[in-house]
Amino acid sequence: MSYFGHVFTHLRKDLQLEWRSRDSVVGMLFFALLVVIIFSLAFDPTAAVSRQIAGGILWVALLFASFTALNQSWTREQRNRVLDAQRMSPSPASALFLGKALANLIFVSFVELVLAPFFLIFYNLHALGQGWMLAVVMPLGTWALVCNGTFFAAMSLRTRYREVLLPLIMVPISLPALLGMMQATTAILTGESDPGIWIRLLVAYNIAFTTVCLLLFETVLSAE
Amino acid sequence: MNEARQADESARTTGLLAAARLDGVSKLYGGFAALRKVTVEFAAGSSTVVLGENGAGKSTLLRMIAGLIAPTRGAVHVFGDEPRWQRRRMAYMSHEAMLYDELTAMENLRYFARLHGGCVCGAPEQALRAVGLDPALTRPVGQYSQGMRQRAALARALQTDPELLLLDEPFSNLDVDSAKHMVELLMEFRTRPVSTAAAEQGARGRTIILTTHQAHLAEPLAETTLTMRAGTILSVSDAAREGER
Amino acid sequence: MRRSRIYSTVGLVWLVLTLAAIAHGTRLALVVAPTEATMGNVQRIFYYHVPTSMLSLLFPYVNFVASAFYLGCRRRDPMRALTADAVAIAAAEVTVVYSSISLLTGMLWGRAAWGIWWTWDARLTSMLLLWLLYVSYLMLRKLSATGQTQTLAAVLSVFAAIDVPIVFMSIRWWRTQHPAPVFFGGPDTGIDPSMMPAFVWNIVGWAMWGVFLLVFRYALERRRQEREQEAALKSIEGTLEIAQ
Repeated sequence: MSYFGHVFTHLRKDLQLEWRSRDSVVGMLFFALLVVIIFSLAFDPTAAVSRQIAGGILWVALLFASFTALNQSWTREQRNRVLDAQRMSPSPASALFLGKALANLIFVSFVELVLAPFFLIFYNLHALGQGWMLAVVMPLGTWALVCNGTFFAAMSLRTRYREVLLPLIMVPISLPALLGMMQATTAILTGESDPGIWIRLLVAYNIAFTTVCLLLFETVLSAE
Repeated sequence: MNEARQADESARTTGLLAAARLDGVSKLYGGFAALRKVTVEFAAGSSTVVLGENGAGKSTLLRMIAGLIAPTRGAVHVFGDEPRWQRRRMAYMSHEAMLYDELTAMENLRYFARLHGGCVCGAPEQALRAVGLDPALTRPVGQYSQGMRQRAALARALQTDPELLLLDEPFSNLDVDSAKHMVELLMEFRTRPVSTAAAEQGARGRTIILTTHQAHLAEPLAETTLTMRAGTILSVSDAAREGER
Repeated sequence: MRRSRIYSTVGLVWLVLTLAAIAHGTRLALVVAPTEATMGNVQRIFYYHVPTSMLSLLFPYVNFVASAFYLGCRRRDPMRALTADAVAIAAAEVTVVYSSISLLTGMLWGRAAWGIWWTWDARLTSMLLLWLLYVSYLMLRKLSATGQTQTLAAVLSVFAAIDVPIVFMSIRWWRTQHPAPVFFGGPDTGIDPSMMPAFVWNIVGWAMWGVFLLVFRYALERRRQEREQEAALKSIEGTLEIAQ
């Protein structure tokens, strides 16, 4: 079977697992909603202020919410030691990674779509810049989060204090991407500056780190 | 190096190539030695039971042959090669099911068959029937009884038609009757002919290595019995030779 | 035995030279160099701040090269890979020490020059992120399970190495408030020749100190690894007595 056939097999399995249990998407959704509400209560922003801070709040909410899903996505593999069966199978390890990262991309994107209306209502938002560009920024930013996030979650899989370690190693590495997605979103919402440079940053970041993740995943999976 | 290759070559032509071989293998976890200088060979077509208490190094030995852990010192060979290049020819099963709780047995088996590559071609159905499970069951594995889970796990291991089957404490969660049933299944598996391609490569039959701390259950499979303790092999006894004496 | 004596002699001589260089640099910086016109004596922080900042950008390279080497030969030659890992951990710790000093002296300078301890300017933020990256590297080493620490740390180091240029570019786009680079920044930059000796001697002194720390930490880590291997060897050899 071809490489992408394997990726698709993994992706389908992850979607199937989530469809049966629904725990990580529901958990993520509720968590992100809570963060959005808390920030709204804390700052009680006017429409103009909202535009300035909404980009940041949105991504902080998604970042925190995705930690829960990222850890969960590997815990599933560890239950019943399925991971051993994965490692024994002759399919390439990076296909397992790519399938899982794509599944996480779908989960987080779903959360974004559900969250969007609440977000617009609570923060009384409408974009002053080119709103359609959000359709470019959101997937790019989400991939930047889940690609490295899936990788680092696999890295912290067999460590002590797994839940703590994931944010500790993921956030410092992801900071330029976080900066990029927040700045781009703010630029689109306020219409005061051009998000182009930040989109280019996200593209470069994604290309660089997706490559490294694919190349090094085998090493991480077989580290024992 | 060259001599070793020649030895392998001659072993292959005479059909005596070991299914798995460990040469002076040690495994350390920090300062703790899980295996100490173990040298042992598992002949192709043989069936071996590894006995020992918890922590004797049985699981480490088996996981090392499976290629799941690398030795700190020494070398492991499976069919004369590094274990990770021979994954297609072996299967590993532990006392945990190694199946997804949320999927049905059939979905689990199909998934792993696809990862194994090639066509799925009814192998999952056959494997499930062979262990006495109904392929049409719609309950997810998470709701199976312990015995059913173990049988499904065995079906997952057998469906790829392995030449080398590694079983790590397969009876530990089973009652005596289920364990006996599993031994029967394994005895039946041993007699299955290997595929022609494998036979051309010198496979003499199917090799089973099984670890357990319940020796009486595995007796029918104990052609050879290895006893381990504190990371070393204490004794090797051969059932056939014992009988002659 | 003889070799270790040679090593410790070389180390001692190096330490003495280092301390001498630092002492000389300190004298030049605090006594000999002229007082700067606008900032007064506070400007003397510069002699410590700039060398440590420059050096804290250098040690991550050592860490990266050692980590890449570790990943490359951990299967073929595990013993040499362990040596590389010892270099990597030493370099990471020195990076954290030097970037901490750079951040602290920078804050002192900022308080005097700008009236604030901290500002989210490009260079400060980049340095802070560099510090965060290597602190998280050390956290990973501390929290991961034995046996896989080295591999995971080496992987993270590769990620950090790729991240650093992206961080610097993105922060630069984000904002710039730091004084333009003093050196190589254009025709109007550069310091007064009378300040040069103090500056150069401090760079030399602190670079030597950094190398000393690196080698010392490396030797410590090697000793720890050797002791671990000895203990392991003993537990392998001790087999037969225990078994019978």
